[in-house]
Amino acid sequence: MVKGSVFVLRYLLSGNEAIARGAYEAGVKVCSAYPGTPSTEIFENLPQYKDALYCEWAPNEKVATEMAYGAAVAGVRSLTAMKHVGLNVAADPMFTASYNGVLGGFVIVTSDDPSMHSSQNEQDNRQYAKFAKIALVEPSDSQECKDFMREAFEISERFDMPVLFRSTTRISHSKSLVEFGDRTEVPAKEYVKDVFKNDCSPGRAYKKRVKVEQMLAELEEYGCTSPLNKVEYGDGEIGVITASIAYQYAKEVFPEGTSFLKLGLTNPLPMKLIREFASKVKKLYVIEELEGFMEQQIKAAGIDCTGKELVSNMYELNPQRLRQMIYGTEPEVKELPVKAVSRPPTLCPGCPHRGFFYTIAKHKDVIVTGDIGCYTLGGNAPLSATHTCICMGAGLSAGAGMSKAFEVSGHPKKIFGVVGDSTFFHSGMTGAVEIIYNRADVVPVIMDNHITGMTGHQDNPGTGFTLQGEVAEAVRIEDVLRAFGYKKVLIVDPQDLAATEKAVEDAIASEVPAAIITRRPCLMIKRIKHDKGLCRVDPEKCIGCRMCLRVGCPAVSIVNGKSVIDPTQCVGCTVCAQVCPKGAISREEV
Amino acid sequence: MKKSVILVGVGGQGAILTAKILVNGLISKGYDVKMSEVHGMSQRGGSVSTQVHFGDKVYSPVIGKGAADIMVAFEKMEAVRYADFLKPDGIAVINDYALQSATTSAGLAEYPEGCVEAMQSAFKCHVFDAAGIAASLGNPKCMNVVLFGAMTAVLGMDDIDWEKIIRETVPEKFVDLNQRAYWAGRNAISE
Repeated sequence: MVKGSVFVLRYLLSGNEAIARGAYEAGVKVCSAYPGTPSTEIFENLPQYKDALYCEWAPNEKVATEMAYGAAVAGVRSLTAMKHVGLNVAADPMFTASYNGVLGGFVIVTSDDPSMHSSQNEQDNRQYAKFAKIALVEPSDSQECKDFMREAFEISERFDMPVLFRSTTRISHSKSLVEFGDRTEVPAKEYVKDVFKNDCSPGRAYKKRVKVEQMLAELEEYGCTSPLNKVEYGDGEIGVITASIAYQYAKEVFPEGTSFLKLGLTNPLPMKLIREFASKVKKLYVIEELEGFMEQQIKAAGIDCTGKELVSNMYELNPQRLRQMIYGTEPEVKELPVKAVSRPPTLCPGCPHRGFFYTIAKHKDVIVTGDIGCYTLGGNAPLSATHTCICMGAGLSAGAGMSKAFEVSGHPKKIFGVVGDSTFFHSGMTGAVEIIYNRADVVPVIMDNHITGMTGHQDNPGTGFTLQGEVAEAVRIEDVLRAFGYKKVLIVDPQDLAATEKAVEDAIASEVPAAIITRRPCLMIKRIKHDKGLCRVDPEKCIGCRMCLRVGCPAVSIVNGKSVIDPTQCVGCTVCAQVCPKGAISREEV
Repeated sequence: MKKSVILVGVGGQGAILTAKILVNGLISKGYDVKMSEVHGMSQRGGSVSTQVHFGDKVYSPVIGKGAADIMVAFEKMEAVRYADFLKPDGIAVINDYALQSATTSAGLAEYPEGCVEAMQSAFKCHVFDAAGIAASLGNPKCMNVVLFGAMTAVLGMDDIDWEKIIRETVPEKFVDLNQRAYWAGRNAISE
């Protein structure tokens, strides 16, 4: 692309790639995160800069935030990133970091997920910045993702606070052109022991409470002139205050001549700047996705504006939805005489989770508390194996609560609590301790596929590798469970249905606390050589009983009354063959 | 000028690579481009859409209903699912190919009959067997680039050197295959 007379290279980057690049350019030195859609690729893009910075996957978001914050306390620029619900886990250190402040800049990236493409709720994490009394920076495209990072670190150091840097799915996962800059090396500041600053025991917290308000007031003043907040004046008729991805939508929808106050620093809101902008337009809109975060504050300041009266606080916006809500314009669409049936995500062909879910679902009297990961899909038909899904770790601890409830009501039931290997390290371990300590009638099942699967195959403390690709000490789940007091730890290959059934029966009958580890690596792990084959149906033997459909494999279907296996999808796991009552399915090597 | 293309299909069919080739070509001509992708849970065999929005200056990476100029459907039921994203005068390039969904293979619903005919009754469509062409080229996975080739015939930006863009976008060992796939797709609907 030609800019002036200088040839400037521009790269097509996702918001997440650009955030990683921006952190690198801003001189970040220590980075720690736990994967979560839509934030994961931020950290997947950091190891390319490992000569200049250290980056890691932590066991969970709280640990990651504490780790990165510790680095900021020690004097270097540091970064953490997580999906919106991850910040619930990490909220504790964030709220206190607000009081203690930083030495090196500290940025927390939250990637929100409007419309819940890959999430269990639609929380709007802008509220967290106001709640924790820290700065909130919101980019609206990939270029801003990169550029605003540098600004965020400077704000953190200048105003002595963590900065919450918020993207959304459409910012993190859309690609646009980005111009790169150079990395600025920011030398570590000298750490000196300063107990007042770095210790938030009650007496000191009481005194620091005042500083928090002072810093916010100074930051609001700064926001009125910050390059993050910019005004585009039009003809004075319509004015739009907006931020984040909603800015891009509003630019498509509002007519030529509309004035925009486009905010990149959204907590605290620059109220003087807003008031001035409002005074120069006849009709003022506040356009934001999800909650009326800015609008409520602007209205509370006595400024007349229109926003959530027209724009829904539910689900992600797009230009067409926004146009419809503001101007009532219905999109022109053609109705078809045919409707598509649903196509939900499913466990992959050959997924090791399938065998356990098929087995446990046959035990109709057992309740299975589920968790977050690929194995969340075990709750869908036809497997319909898990009965709850709340948050990371609840597969074990909510199971404990259910078992106590059934026990005190006089109708005890057997509970199997399911978590994956990465989720076990994240927050399943504490649930496993709860079960032992309080004698809950729950069998923890750790579905160990040796990877963090749903987010796209990241390493975790059990895999033996780090984010930077180095060999690590692999934490052994069975050793952890035994140390907690599980006297019987049954390790089983979930692809072997008979062995899995026996483990389930053994765990139910066990007189001592029992746990199950279903162990088989995910087929998508590239560094492992997988034993692949192909299953075929003998149409002479197939009686069309549809038993093989019950394993919920996308490769298996019924055509003309007989079972058919799609050779382009099948990997030869044989779970369908093991449930066939006529032995009509056999595996061949490929 | 602003245009948008929506690529729809099933997670794992290669829509993102296809969109990437398109975007790289558009960038080579100096267009402003935004592209949105789907990651995470819906990738696991679920219904996915990738959108490319380009022009002299574009803002939104996503479009809404009734806004796409071109649809590329990697699977015919997905064409029906996203049909309301097409402008009434939009053009659809449809792979005459059915993939069962978890719902249909479990016998919980019937795969709908007449998807292609329904699309043809409402829109200008180019329907062809991209899966068959890909298989005849020796690798079923290049179906995405076969579809891409067909889409370029509809897009009409013939000043873009797509062979060169493919060479620059795909891994070296797949350049030859993908260039053949591109031409096969392009010829399939220009004939």
